[in-house]
Amino acid sequence: MSDKVNLKIDNIAVSIKNGSTILEAAEKINVRIPTLCYHEDLCVAGNCRICVVEQTGSDRLLPACAMPVSEGMEIHTNSMKVRNARKQIVELLVSEHRADCTRCYKNGKCELQELSSEYIVGENGFIDLVAHKGYTIDNFSPSIIKDDSKCIRCQRCVRTCDQLQSISALTVAHKGESMKVSSFFDKPMFEVVCTNCGQCVNRCPTGALTEKTYLDEVWTALNSETKHTVVQTAPAVRIALGEALGMPVGEIVTGKMVSALRRLGFSSVLDTDFTADLTIIEEGNELLHRLKKVVKDKDTTVRLPLTTSCSPGWVKFIEHAFPEYLPNVSTAKSPQQMFGALAKTFYANKLKVDPENMVSISIMPCTAKKYEADRPEMRSSGFKDVDYVLTTRELALMIKQAGIDFASLPDDEYDSIMGESSGAAVIFGATGGVMEAALRTAYEVVTGREVPFEGLNITPVRGMDYIREATIKIENVLPEWDFLEGVELKTCVAHGLSNAKKVMEAVRDGKANYHFIEIMACPGGCLGGGGQPIPTSPAIRKKRSEAIYHEDELKPIRKSHENPEVIHLYEEFLKEPLGEVSHKLLHTHYTERNRY
Amino acid sequence: MTEVKLLVKGLADQHGRTMESLLPILQGIVHQQQHISEDAMVEVARELDISAAQVYGTATFYSFLHTKPLGKYVIRVCKTITCMMHGKNQVIQELETVLKVKLGETTHDGKFTLLETNCLGQCHKGPAMLINDEPYTELTPEKVRSIIMKYKQQEISAN
Amino acid sequence: MKKNLQRLDLIFKNEHDTEAILRKTLDRSHDEVINDLISSGLKGRGGAGFPTGLKWKLAAEAQAEQKYVICNADEGEPGTFKDREILSSVPHKVLTGMAVCANIIGSTKGFIYLRSEYKFLKPQLLSVIDEFHKLLEVLNINFKVDIFMGSGAYICGEESALFESMEGKRGEPRNKPPFPTDFGYMGEPTVINNVETLAHTYSILKYGADKFKDLGIQDSRGSKVFSVSGDTPNPGIYELEFGMSLQKFVDDFGDGDSKAVQVGGASGFCVPRKKFVKTVIGYQGKLRGTSLPTGGSMMIFNSSRSMYNVLHNYLDFFVEESCGQCTPCRVGTQQLLLGIQAVKKGEQPSSYLDKLLVLAEAMRVTSKCGLGQSVANSFSSIVENFKEEMIY
Repeated sequence: MSDKVNLKIDNIAVSIKNGSTILEAAEKINVRIPTLCYHEDLCVAGNCRICVVEQTGSDRLLPACAMPVSEGMEIHTNSMKVRNARKQIVELLVSEHRADCTRCYKNGKCELQELSSEYIVGENGFIDLVAHKGYTIDNFSPSIIKDDSKCIRCQRCVRTCDQLQSISALTVAHKGESMKVSSFFDKPMFEVVCTNCGQCVNRCPTGALTEKTYLDEVWTALNSETKHTVVQTAPAVRIALGEALGMPVGEIVTGKMVSALRRLGFSSVLDTDFTADLTIIEEGNELLHRLKKVVKDKDTTVRLPLTTSCSPGWVKFIEHAFPEYLPNVSTAKSPQQMFGALAKTFYANKLKVDPENMVSISIMPCTAKKYEADRPEMRSSGFKDVDYVLTTRELALMIKQAGIDFASLPDDEYDSIMGESSGAAVIFGATGGVMEAALRTAYEVVTGREVPFEGLNITPVRGMDYIREATIKIENVLPEWDFLEGVELKTCVAHGLSNAKKVMEAVRDGKANYHFIEIMACPGGCLGGGGQPIPTSPAIRKKRSEAIYHEDELKPIRKSHENPEVIHLYEEFLKEPLGEVSHKLLHTHYTERNRY
Repeated sequence: MTEVKLLVKGLADQHGRTMESLLPILQGIVHQQQHISEDAMVEVARELDISAAQVYGTATFYSFLHTKPLGKYVIRVCKTITCMMHGKNQVIQELETVLKVKLGETTHDGKFTLLETNCLGQCHKGPAMLINDEPYTELTPEKVRSIIMKYKQQEISAN
Repeated sequence: MKKNLQRLDLIFKNEHDTEAILRKTLDRSHDEVINDLISSGLKGRGGAGFPTGLKWKLAAEAQAEQKYVICNADEGEPGTFKDREILSSVPHKVLTGMAVCANIIGSTKGFIYLRSEYKFLKPQLLSVIDEFHKLLEVLNINFKVDIFMGSGAYICGEESALFESMEGKRGEPRNKPPFPTDFGYMGEPTVINNVETLAHTYSILKYGADKFKDLGIQDSRGSKVFSVSGDTPNPGIYELEFGMSLQKFVDDFGDGDSKAVQVGGASGFCVPRKKFVKTVIGYQGKLRGTSLPTGGSMMIFNSSRSMYNVLHNYLDFFVEESCGQCTPCRVGTQQLLLGIQAVKKGEQPSSYLDKLLVLAEAMRVTSKCGLGQSVANSFSSIVENFKEEMIY
């Protein structure tokens, strides 16, 4: 049997691999078929039915996303029957959706809105079903708002939560007219196993799932005469913000972003990358410390593998799903929280600003960071270390609101003291980046030499494979690390919580023997975070990733331990990695949470 | 171990711990407790290593798997067309009078819950109802009264 | 003088030849048995009408370690109760059909998916299955049947929804293809047949394909068990020859004042009195035209009945029993129900019914499963034939 299938779509011949869908065949010849429940990252559901097409000889229409091609098929994507059916489907969806578009956070960014404008859903639609249902809005979570009245039951969120994240905090409950996307017993998202990763938000076609926004609070702070606003920007924001402001995917906009933040009125424009470098020093030393305890001192109370802790979605996941492994999680805070703790202590002191009058704001590619900033542990400065967390999308909105023409902005530099960073910090934004950054530093600490990879590019830990393993043999060590001579350091990198789960199960079942594991909750790492511009797809994430590694290469400093501001911080304030001040400000602890 | 933990563990031992066991386990819980509580669902999720929301999603799909407490005897009166044509409403009225509850409610003593249900497959003998698993057909208000009396007496003699 | 339709006695005939039938089957080649079934013209009796022999053949050809035979006893279509009767009076015939099927396709595991409303049948069925297993052991046939209980969901009668349900999930129909004979329960090749279909295979294996084929017309061969209810002096189960006209049926079973018959249950078609003569009961001309398929449900309404109330009741049913996953069925059913209410109350003009007829057609051609595709049949046929009853 041939592995190619020949068919015609709208009278255009197309030849495509056997097993492909009609949708894929149509894409190949640039025929657009509208979709809603379909998403590249997810399995095919075939439930919205907007993608129906007509096959010559078939009375019923076929879902293009779910129907495999077959030899000799004649497909029509724009027949009267198809157009009429699609219009009915759009009208039905609009009738069960609170079409309050002008009041909606997703106004202008809603896929249903786009389709209803395309199919001209006018006034004479069906009876409004929303009025017949007692919908509620769940806005208890600091990260995510769930508004059932805008849900069109495409189940992208449910599939995301299940397949990509293996959490299934969201499910489909009830049937018929009562069928809805629900948490366990319809409890607030805040109370269930939700990790706040926001991947559902990234894939919701309407305004049913959105991030909780803190724009008003931030504007208020910016307009206050007494407040000193400190803003930090996460590594992955600079390579994605442009997308949300009409620029091509993968454009690096670091300088313009800094300009824009100044124009918006932030008093200090600083960089999370600075504390990313700091995280590497603390976490890298923690790794070496643990290795010493385990390998040299044979201390059985110290746990390996060590796992990273910068991804708050991952942290909450392990608190729910593998609480017995909490001692394995690095106690180092995430870069955001290290920054927050330093901003209201070290930095406030430097600037002679009363920390009480300091408002600490972070721009994150992430919705879980909003939750992280709210955790009760995150007040080591004596204040809430990070007051408000905005997503990349929210920052884009602020820039639009301020009337700033982003594309024409000049490049600007971060303020100093906590604005300098290395290339190692930038790659925190991509899966594998923390691992690479940590290895660049740890290897050099132990051997006195640079990691044995050309151009410092540790390619085995890069890429988009779900789970990647790399082993680095440590040789010719410095005398104080002699116990590590000849040790093969086993590392593992995973992104997406379903892959994290696999890794942790392998660890639990004794099938994996790692020393250090990097886990990012979101597909692709922070560059695919729940706060990043919508849409997301494997191709988009690949471009963002390329931008990140490009930015790394452009940096004069590539290794965290060479960041002069970090070196200065230790000299002046922290004294030593894992020291007393670090312990107080830069490290944290975790809490076991309900498993189900 | 709590009662519900023991119950769910027993059911999982009996039916297995794969997804195919989910419905039999949930049915087993309903058989014992008339409904599936939040705690029971969490235990099922634990035994099968799936999310509690998934258990909830499956359970709420099926009308015989209730998530709210029901009485010891669940009365389900068929509301589909032929039963309706042949006097289902009078049957329900009589049940409401005899039991002193409205449709959807449970008697104060927790013995009876009165519900409507979709087609019971007794259309030639409508109106029909189930009391737990037992079907009763060709109902009239008089017949319904004596059926309920029988159950009530059974309860009295059991005590 | 009223002339009754001929009552047949194939399915319910009290006969016990399971052992002989199984022995005979073991002696014959699989192709022979399949060809017998194909030439008998037996089609699925659940309503969809797929040729049974072909289904078995496809499953036999599928390559897999494990295959399944499932008896669909999730009889939930309003107005249908024949499978309950078959399972309570001649369950051994159904089991025989399952065992023969298992032998042919190479399966060792069978299930009866029994709807929860029929749980009272379970004890008796289990004891029949026990006896049956003993016989299979004697005959050295490696096949076991379990009962899987449903939990109250009409849609689980749809075969792929039924698999999902058995797999512990919500009973939501799957995309097709793949079809059950390739990818059924647990993703393995599966034959899923209606209770009545399996019972018919018993008769065909015993009496031969020709005897079965002699009954019925053209594409609709054999006898059919009908569930008769509504305004009839003789409600109940009747085995009749396929291909009768609806007029003859009404003459026999009506109360003399029949104004409409709902053929095929709530998801079937409503036929008004003026179309009784030219409507034939059978598979041919499926859906459009004068011949109507049915899973066996025949509900008769006399002139005292409001067809608005009938339709309202059907739509109430579907609004609850749609699985809810696909747009046309989930939202469409709600719109049809609210729509007829609004027209009745005068909140929408009568022309709104025309808008709903367009919707009904879209639901038919775009829904994901057989239910969704047929859920608006009753709406269309009742509104088209009894429009004035919808408005006034």
